[in-house]
Amino acid sequence: MLALDVVLSRGNFTLHAKATIGPGVTGICGPSGAGKSTLLSLIAGLLKPQRGSLHFGDDCLVDVDRGRFVPPWQRHFGLVFQDGQLFPHLSVRDNLLYGWKQLAPEARRFTLDQVAALLEIDGLLGRRPLQLSGGERQRVALGRALLYSPRLLLLDEPLSSLDERLKQQILPFLKRIKTETGVPMIYVSHSRAEVDYLADRVLTVDAGRLSE
Amino acid sequence: MTLTPDEWQALLLSAKVASCATLICLPAGIALAWLLVRRDFPGKLLVDALVQLPMVLPPVVPGYLLLLLLGTQGPVGGWLQAQFGIVLAFTWKGAVLASAVMAFPLMVQPVRLAFRMIDRRLEHAASTLGATPWRVFLSVTLPLALPGIIAGAMLCFSRSLGEFGATMAFVGNIPGETRTLPLAIYSYTHLPDGEAAALRLTLLSIALAFAALIASHLITRRTERLLGQLEPRGRDAGA
Repeated sequence: MLALDVVLSRGNFTLHAKATIGPGVTGICGPSGAGKSTLLSLIAGLLKPQRGSLHFGDDCLVDVDRGRFVPPWQRHFGLVFQDGQLFPHLSVRDNLLYGWKQLAPEARRFTLDQVAALLEIDGLLGRRPLQLSGGERQRVALGRALLYSPRLLLLDEPLSSLDERLKQQILPFLKRIKTETGVPMIYVSHSRAEVDYLADRVLTVDAGRLSE
Repeated sequence: MTLTPDEWQALLLSAKVASCATLICLPAGIALAWLLVRRDFPGKLLVDALVQLPMVLPPVVPGYLLLLLLGTQGPVGGWLQAQFGIVLAFTWKGAVLASAVMAFPLMVQPVRLAFRMIDRRLEHAASTLGATPWRVFLSVTLPLALPGIIAGAMLCFSRSLGEFGATMAFVGNIPGETRTLPLAIYSYTHLPDGEAAALRLTLLSIALAFAALIASHLITRRTERLLGQLEPRGRDAGA
């Protein structure tokens, strides 16, 4: 599904990533600073590799040799950040619908009601991000990415800013997304337990190298 | 306090000139501030210094340069007149330009600061949700910078109301055409019986400046609250 073979250097850090990632949930583990977030940014299109290529199915997203680079807004991948990155000036409802509104109506796989019910955030729609707890914020961030009907959902340590109790609350939601929507996911975390709970297969990044 | 027709004329002209100058500075200031914060280009340092220059020069210097350049005898001014029939020197339009040049740095500075404060990751989040760069700018960057933009516009407006030196040098002091509030005050102080009028307009200027600054403060606070950058009022009290 996702085939990548890329090299990216930033300062004295170099990331080599060569892998084929299938459907279902792929966990990516590794210590802090190993290059996990960099890898997700590359897949999302927020960073450009210096060498290599990236394909999603038959769709060539990056091919440095041929000068091809598809920008993030055309990749149709959802990305959930560590701290949610909700738009502070928009209500929860408008945050949720931000990506949804960019889609043609026939490309919308989910409705606001479905996603709000799935993540149990129906009662929060009128609030501002500032009025949410950490756990609520992450669920809204998940919902926002999901409503964009992504071809692939990238999760960058979505639970790391939450305490243990909240993690245990959100993990089942992630599992529900997996079983009820079937959206393929790449789940990055330094916690092996989280990854084992969700993932169908696990890759490791260490010192800038991705391996199976 | 009642104003004479001449004083009214100066007040209304000032309001017109300052409003037009602000309307010109607003889009130009937003564009330039964005470029200075988000893009690297050759000569950036020079552009930056050039924008700030009117703040540190004696105002009469930019005014005189405008006259040399845009006066009817000047290279650009002569061409504008011959091609389009536009005359800037000694007209109210020239007063707008002089005010805009002098107030521009005050517009750029707060907007620039506001752009710099924005978390880039919010823009990244928007782009991974399918928003094109232009859409990201309109729906995330611009609204989040709004308090700075409003503050800049208010400063620009207030500075334009007070413009004196550059206006005097470029467009002179013509009643009904270029005699704004500060120029009217200056003229009255030179008239034997003008003291009362000068004092009235002075008090009026102080009141206007005060009102603009307080309005700017209130609007900025309100916008910040709307944007969720400040705790809502209820939480302030509770904390």
